Amino acid sequence: MAELLKVEDINVYYGAIHAIKNVSFHVDEGEIVTLIGANGAGKSTTLQTVSGLLRSKTGAITFDGKNISAVAAHRLVQHGLAQVPEGRRVFLQMSVEENLEMGAYTRPKGEIDASLERVYEQFPRLKERKRQVAGTLSGGEQQMLAMGRALMSKPKLLMLDEPSMGLAPILVEQIFTIIKALHKAGTTILLVEQNAQMALSVADRAYVLETGKITLSGTGEELIHSDEVRKAYLGG
Amino acid sequence: MSFLNSLISGVSLGSIYAIIALGYTMVYGIAKMLNFAHGDVIMVGAYICFFAVSRFSLPPLVGVLLAVVVCTLLGMTIEKLAYAPLRAAPSLAVLITAIGVSYFLQNAALLLWTPNPKVFPNFFARKVTAPDGTVTDQTGMAFFDGALRVSYVTLVTILVCLAIMAVLTVFINSSKLGKAMRAVSEDKDAARLMGINVNTTISATFAIGSGLAAIAGVLLCSAYPTLVPTTGSMPGIKAFTAAVFGGIGSIPGALLGGLLLGVIEILAKAYISTQLSDAVVFGVLIVVLLVKPTGLLGKVVREKV
Repeated sequence: MAELLKVEDINVYYGAIHAIKNVSFHVDEGEIVTLIGANGAGKSTTLQTVSGLLRSKTGAITFDGKNISAVAAHRLVQHGLAQVPEGRRVFLQMSVEENLEMGAYTRPKGEIDASLERVYEQFPRLKERKRQVAGTLSGGEQQMLAMGRALMSKPKLLMLDEPSMGLAPILVEQIFTIIKALHKAGTTILLVEQNAQMALSVADRAYVLETGKITLSGTGEELIHSDEVRKAYLGG
Repeated sequence: MSFLNSLISGVSLGSIYAIIALGYTMVYGIAKMLNFAHGDVIMVGAYICFFAVSRFSLPPLVGVLLAVVVCTLLGMTIEKLAYAPLRAAPSLAVLITAIGVSYFLQNAALLLWTPNPKVFPNFFARKVTAPDGTVTDQTGMAFFDGALRVSYVTLVTILVCLAIMAVLTVFINSSKLGKAMRAVSEDKDAARLMGINVNTTISATFAIGSGLAAIAGVLLCSAYPTLVPTTGSMPGIKAFTAAVFGGIGSIPGALLGGLLLGVIEILAKAYISTQLSDAVVFGVLIVVLLVKPTGLLGKVVREKV
């Protein structure tokens, strides 16, 4: 399958701290790829570098055949890249529907209604609450809103940063069911998770990040059975 | 009746504060900075209008439009040259820069237009011809056999303020750019991920605030017609106070804060002491902030961890 995202040899710094060291990975069209690793391993930093909020000093990021290493973050949406940020980051003082409209900010007005309908089909809960201010939603609903908002841009690649963070186990199940459904519907997904068990169970391929470096990679199936991963991330 | 007179003057002065406060509060809400040069933009607007009308004999409406255009461009230029390069800098650096810009504008005005006061024309006077043929300027209306006088300036100021508030509220709540401004004010990075150009949005905020400052400048100088290069600084500070009073970042807060401040100031002048009126105004501010640190309509901002 065609390569949709290719990250080659990126190095990211926070001041003097070398957060990402020579990281390379790729996502093919139609795949779910996951980056797993402990807190502080550099997973979110990697995603933010892809989405243009942070910059790499070296290497290249190619998306859909174009080098996007130096493209401004707000222009990447039009290229087909959408990110659900860590901690959801919905606009708490805006209504559910306004949040979704913001997701379609770069798209022509005529196309928005159809996308709204589709997102409401995927997330019926959001339709019930469309006039409600996002700050009044529960954590799980906010996660759904953040995902729906990202889908409003009709992305070629959906990047999810810790979608299960802070959610009750039953909601984690629900979010992962949605991720599988989105994948089945044809969305390519790059998933960053601390919940390695869940992430590996849905992923086609996975990379393990440790203190800014990729230490392991393979199919989800391979890694779930790998001794190293079991010991470090799956609790034995 | 004199109480009613004072109240109306207070509402009118407060309307001017409210229009200026909008500029402070919108810029603070979206760019998270205090633009202390905002008051001096008012002064520039007043000068532009003054020269357009008094020296080049343009119609008043053209003078006002010209002032709005010049101030809009001035606000965007200030943002681009002085504030945009400091977007990642500590807020103290931006604050000092804003004060620097304020002094720059005042001194540029001194150089260009000299410290000699200009007498701002009254746009809101009607020529009235008496039966004996003498022509006098009628500047207002009288009610109750002259016990209550309301000048046209006062009326226009209040109406303009209400109109601006209504238009701005609809704009912020319903237009695409308005919604983008709200998104940027909540979370810049999340807004970027939506494809919103944060720099353009901030620039548009400065444009709107500065355009409104021009209108405020014309209204201010119509009511208090002495125009000097420091004309904008005190109303600027008062309007900033009004914005904080009402809850900085909140548009209805700017209106409420502005009106209250204007009324308190005029009533203090009428019933307490002219010299002490500013002390009363700032005293009230201190009390309000002690009781409600976010201002009257301010929201409690949760610090993100």
